Amino acid sequence: MIQISNLTLAYGDKLVLDRFSLTLPDTGVTVLSGPSGCGKTTLMRCIAGLERPQNGTVSGIAPSETAFLFQEDRLFPWRTVEQHLTDVLPKSRRGEADRWLALAGLEAEKTALPAALSGGMKRRLALVRALALGGKLYLLDEPFTGVDGDRIKALMAALKELGAPVVLSSHEGLVRSLADQVINLDGPPLRRLPGP
Amino acid sequence: MARSNSLKTYVSILLPPAFWLGAWQLGAFLVELHVEGRGNELLLPYPATVLSALVRLAQDPAFWGTALTSLLRIAAGMAAGVALGSALAALTCASSWCERLFAPVIRIVRATPVASFILLVLLWTGRNQVPAVISGLMVLPVVWENLTQGIRSTDRQLLELSRAYRFSRGKTVRLVYLPSLKPYLLSAVTTAMGLAWKSGVAAEVLCLPRPGIGTEINHAKQAFETADLFAWTAVVICLSLLMERFLTRLIQRRREGAAA
Repeated sequence: MIQISNLTLAYGDKLVLDRFSLTLPDTGVTVLSGPSGCGKTTLMRCIAGLERPQNGTVSGIAPSETAFLFQEDRLFPWRTVEQHLTDVLPKSRRGEADRWLALAGLEAEKTALPAALSGGMKRRLALVRALALGGKLYLLDEPFTGVDGDRIKALMAALKELGAPVVLSSHEGLVRSLADQVINLDGPPLRRLPGP
Repeated sequence: MARSNSLKTYVSILLPPAFWLGAWQLGAFLVELHVEGRGNELLLPYPATVLSALVRLAQDPAFWGTALTSLLRIAAGMAAGVALGSALAALTCASSWCERLFAPVIRIVRATPVASFILLVLLWTGRNQVPAVISGLMVLPVVWENLTQGIRSTDRQLLELSRAYRFSRGKTVRLVYLPSLKPYLLSAVTTAMGLAWKSGVAAEVLCLPRPGIGTEINHAKQAFETADLFAWTAVVICLSLLMERFLTRLIQRRREGAAA
């Protein structure tokens, strides 16, 4: 179990997390659902060790064991689609790049630079790069922005087969319906709402 | 249509140098008209006179040795300036203490008259080393300033991603810093190249190393051989442009190679 206990974090005067606690399941896909700006991204960044909370702890997972998808695509303008995957794969697993490209539907764009991709393609590339990186916990911030319904279904199925828990934030009704667990949130400061 | 476009391209390429050659020719003609005796040869020779001086000089095997020696001196100074400037820029961005230590010294180097440096370095080293040292000293602040700015402008989000994705320091440098720094390095090299040649040749003029383009320029001045002075200056300009083109291509190719 990944246990988040009493996390407190403020940006200046703005309190985003106020003694926030949550237990995340060990398996399956968990969707964090809530309005924009409620603190989902901050929570995920704290779990990944990208933010230092003023108080509280995250136990059951180390930051170095997470694979994080940022809210922004953060692609390298000078690297090709394929290179984005080989950059995160160890040498012994470079052959897997084609499999991830197929999952993202980017086989034809293998040698293209990000500037030549559509918004949805860029998002898919950023997503499969995070998946290829691998980890004991996948933290995916808005992974399906600009991705069409059929592709979301295929990607959600792939997420369930990763063999590690996936926590993602999304506003999409389709994503919520396909998830193993939905956690409804509100804020700031972030708080859990009752019910699915 | 295509033929008319290529004609336009040729005209746009050839017109500016043709204009300035024409202006030079006219200036030389006016000097000849108004100054008696050898005024024209001394003050402003015709372009054709300079060209014939260049051809005459180029027929002497010593000319090529002189040009090559100066080229190697400036290139050595340039390489040292780029290497040291890059290393100091990296240290400056890595530690605020390094910045406090280096920034004032580099600013002093930039503000010090090149003639002072030439005479000081002449006191400290042999005359043959002065041009390379001076070129390096002039290049260093330009490279340091450009690369410091470049490192500080590197995309924070990509650097955060490199940390989150557990990239090694070497991989972060290769994938994030070097591609981000390319325009800054190109700009630094372009600016520094002219400075390296100007200061290096000035050092040669004052220190008279043998062989050296600056030494030949000095001799041409003393012998009132203005056409030779122009011809050697033309050699400096050509070598500077060739070296600049070579270096910019090298940086471009290295980046493409690193991206592959």
